[in-house]
Amino acid sequence: MEQVMSTINLSAIYPEIILTCFSLLILLMQSFSTPRFKEYYGYVSLVGVLAALAFVVMEPSSFFAQTVVYSFNDMWVVDNYARFFKLIFLLGTGLTILISMKYLEDEAMQYGEYFALILFATIGMMIMASAGELITLFLGLELMSLSLYVLAGYTRVRMVSNEAALKYFILGSFATGFLLYGIALIYGSTGTTSIRAVAASVGKYGLYSPGLVMGMAMLVVAFGFKAALVPFHMWTPDVYEGAPAPITAFMSAGPKAAAFAAFARVFMEGLPALQMEWTWLIWIMAALTMTIGNVIALVQDNIKRMLAYSSIAHAGYVLVAFLAAGELGISSVLYYLLTYTFMNIGAFAIITALSGRGEPRVFVRDYQGLGFQHPFAAVAMSLFLFSLAGIPPTGGFMGKFYIFSAAVKEGYIGLAVIGVVNSVVSVYYYLRVTVAMYMEEPSSVREAEAAAPIFSPALVIAIFISAYGVLSLGLFPSSYVAIVKQSFLALQ
Amino acid sequence: MSEYIHVLIMLVLAAATAGGMLVATSLIGPKKSFIDKMEPFECGESPIVSPKLRFSVKFYLVALFFVIFDIEAVYAYPWAVLFKELGLFGFIEMMIFLTILAIGLIYVWRRGALEWDR
Amino acid sequence: MQLLMFYLLGLGAVVAALIMVTNKRPVRAAMSLIATMSFLAGLYVLLDAHLIAALQLIVYAGAIMVLFLFVIMLLNIEEKEGRLAGSALLWQMIAIAVVGLVFVLMVSVVKLSDNVVPLGEAAALFGTTRAVGKMLFTEYLLPFEIASVLLLAAIVGAVILAKRRIDDSDQ
Repeated sequence: MEQVMSTINLSAIYPEIILTCFSLLILLMQSFSTPRFKEYYGYVSLVGVLAALAFVVMEPSSFFAQTVVYSFNDMWVVDNYARFFKLIFLLGTGLTILISMKYLEDEAMQYGEYFALILFATIGMMIMASAGELITLFLGLELMSLSLYVLAGYTRVRMVSNEAALKYFILGSFATGFLLYGIALIYGSTGTTSIRAVAASVGKYGLYSPGLVMGMAMLVVAFGFKAALVPFHMWTPDVYEGAPAPITAFMSAGPKAAAFAAFARVFMEGLPALQMEWTWLIWIMAALTMTIGNVIALVQDNIKRMLAYSSIAHAGYVLVAFLAAGELGISSVLYYLLTYTFMNIGAFAIITALSGRGEPRVFVRDYQGLGFQHPFAAVAMSLFLFSLAGIPPTGGFMGKFYIFSAAVKEGYIGLAVIGVVNSVVSVYYYLRVTVAMYMEEPSSVREAEAAAPIFSPALVIAIFISAYGVLSLGLFPSSYVAIVKQSFLALQ
Repeated sequence: MSEYIHVLIMLVLAAATAGGMLVATSLIGPKKSFIDKMEPFECGESPIVSPKLRFSVKFYLVALFFVIFDIEAVYAYPWAVLFKELGLFGFIEMMIFLTILAIGLIYVWRRGALEWDR
Repeated sequence: MQLLMFYLLGLGAVVAALIMVTNKRPVRAAMSLIATMSFLAGLYVLLDAHLIAALQLIVYAGAIMVLFLFVIMLLNIEEKEGRLAGSALLWQMIAIAVVGLVFVLMVSVVKLSDNVVPLGEAAALFGTTRAVGKMLFTEYLLPFEIASVLLLAAIVGAVILAKRRIDDSDQ
C-alpha cells in the first residue's frame, strides 16, 4: 500500500473554510430552528465575514513581509494581491449583509438561504482571487455566478426579478462556456492548467500558437462578461434593475472586482508573453466601455439602471489601469476597486432605504426634494454620487487620478484623454440626482404616496462605514496607497 | 481498446433484438385497424381530454435533485475504486465532501422540498 | 480500425445533432440529443478517456436528459408548423454564417497549431477510473472539495427558485 500525500497547507485557506462553515451553519439553523430566530441569520453571517476578515488580515505571514504562500500543488496562491482582493470582497459582503437585513423583513423574503448564498458567492470570489490554476478558478467563478443567478431572482413574486435571473443565467452560462473553451485551448497548446506553468511553457516554447491566442480571446470574452465590459455588457442594466436592490449593490462591487482579480492574474501572470496580442484588444474595450457606459447612463430615469450603466463605465476606468499594468497600474486598479466598493454600495444602501416595499420608488423623480425631507440621506447620497463622479475630496477623485496618471506614465495618453472626457460627461447624470434632491420640489402626488424611507440601524451603520471609506480614501490616500503598493501583482 | 469489443457486441445484439422484434411483429402480426381501436385507451371510455397534460413543476424539482445527487455519486465511483490506496487521507477527504452534501440533504429534507403535497 | 471508428462515431454524432436541431418535435429532438451524447461517449473511449465516457452516459445521457424531458413536459410546447418571417430568416442566415465562420476558424486553428509543445505519450492506464481518481483525490484535492460547495449552492438555489411554497411557519 502506498501513501498518497499532497502538499497541503490548510492555513492558507482558513478564511474560506471559516466562511464555508458559517454558511453550513446558517443552512442547518434554517433547517432546525423556529422562525423566530430568523433575524439572527444576518448577524451570524456577519460574524462569519468578520472572522474570515480577521484571518485574511492577521495571517501568520504578515502582509508587509510580502510572503507568498503556495499550497495544494500550486493551485492555491496567497499573496498580497489575493489578500487585498479578499479584503475588498469581505468588505462588500459585510456591507451588503448590513443593508439586507431590514430589506428582507420588509419584502417578506426567506432569510437563511439569502445569507447562505451571499456567503457562497463570497467564497467563490475568494477562490477566484487565490486560484493559481485554471480549473480551480473556473470552480470559483461558477460558485460565485451560480449563487448570483439565484440571488438575482430571489424576489420570486416580482416579474422583473425573474426576468433578471433568467437572463443572467442564460447569458452567464454562455460566458462560462467561453471560459471553459478558452481553458481547454490553453491546456491544449501548453499542456498545463497551472497559471505559472502556462507562463513557463509560453516563455519556453515561444508565443505563437493560434490555439493559445484563441484561448486568450475566449478568456477575454468570459472575463469581459463577468466584469460587464463593452461589448459583453448587455445583461447588466436588466439584471441590475431586476435584482433586489441589496443584491444589485452586492453584484456591482464584489463579483466585478473578482472578475478583475482573475483577469489580471491570468493575463499578467500567465500570458504576459501575449501582451502584444491583448494590448490593442483591451485598449479598444476600455475606450468603448467608458464611452458607451457613460453615454447611455445620461438618458436613464431609473436610478438602478443609471447606476448599472455607471458601473459599466467604472469597469472601463479600471480597465485603463489594467492596461497600464506595472506597479502603478495594478495598484491603482486595487485602489479604485476598494473605493468603488465603498461608494457604490453606499449609493445602493440609500436606494434600498428609499425604494420602498416592492421597489416602486427607484426613479430620479422620486428623489425630488429629498434634501429637505431627509437631509441625512440626501447628504450621504450626494457624497457617494460626487465620489462616483470623481469630484474631490472624495475617494473617487483620488482613484481616477491614480488611474489616469498610471495611464499617462505608461504612454496610454489617448486612453487617458478619453477617460477624463468621460468622467466630465458622467458628472451630468450624477449631479442630476443631486439637483433633484436639493433644487426641485417634490410633486404633491408623489409626496402623498411616498412612504417614509426605512433607515434601520444596520443600514445606517453601512452608510456610515461607506461614507467613512469614501472620505478617508479621498482625504488621506497615502496610507491606503502604501497598502496597495504592497499588494500589486508582480509581472513575473 | 479491445475490451470494448464486448460492449460493441452487446450493443449490436441489443439493437438486433429490438429491431428484430419490431420487424417481426409488423410482418407476421395481424393488422385490423378501425377508428375506435386507434384511439388512446382510457378504461373503455372515449377520451375526454387531450392526453398532453402539463406536468407539475414539482417533477422538475425532483429531477433537479436527482441530477445534483447523481453528480455527487459520480465522485464516489473513483473513490471506491481507489479506497485502499488512498487510505485515511482519501477517507477524510471524501467525508468532508459528503458532510457538506449531507447538510444539503438535511436542508432539502427539513425545508420540505422532498414532500409532494405542499 | 481506430480511424474508421472515429469517422463512424463522428458521423453519427453530427447526424444526430442535426436531427436534434432540425426536428420540430421537442421529445424527438431530446431523443436525438441522447444519441449525440452516446456517440460522443464512444469518441471519448477512442481518446482513452474511459471514466469520462462512462460519466458521459451516466450523467448526460441519463440524468441531464431526464431534466430535459421534464422541462419539455412542463412547458408542453404546442407543435406548430411555423413559418419564419423575413427578419427571422435573415437572422437565421446571419447565425449560420457566424457559426460557419467559427467552424472555419476552429479548423484552421487546429491545422495551424504545429505542436510546439511536445506532447508526452499518454500513460498506459491513462483515463481509467483508477488514474483519473488518483489525480482527483491527490493533486486536484482542492477543486474536488470546492465542487461539493458548488453542488450545495446548486441545491439551495433549486429549492429557492423551484419550490412552490416556502413557509417559515410550518417548520
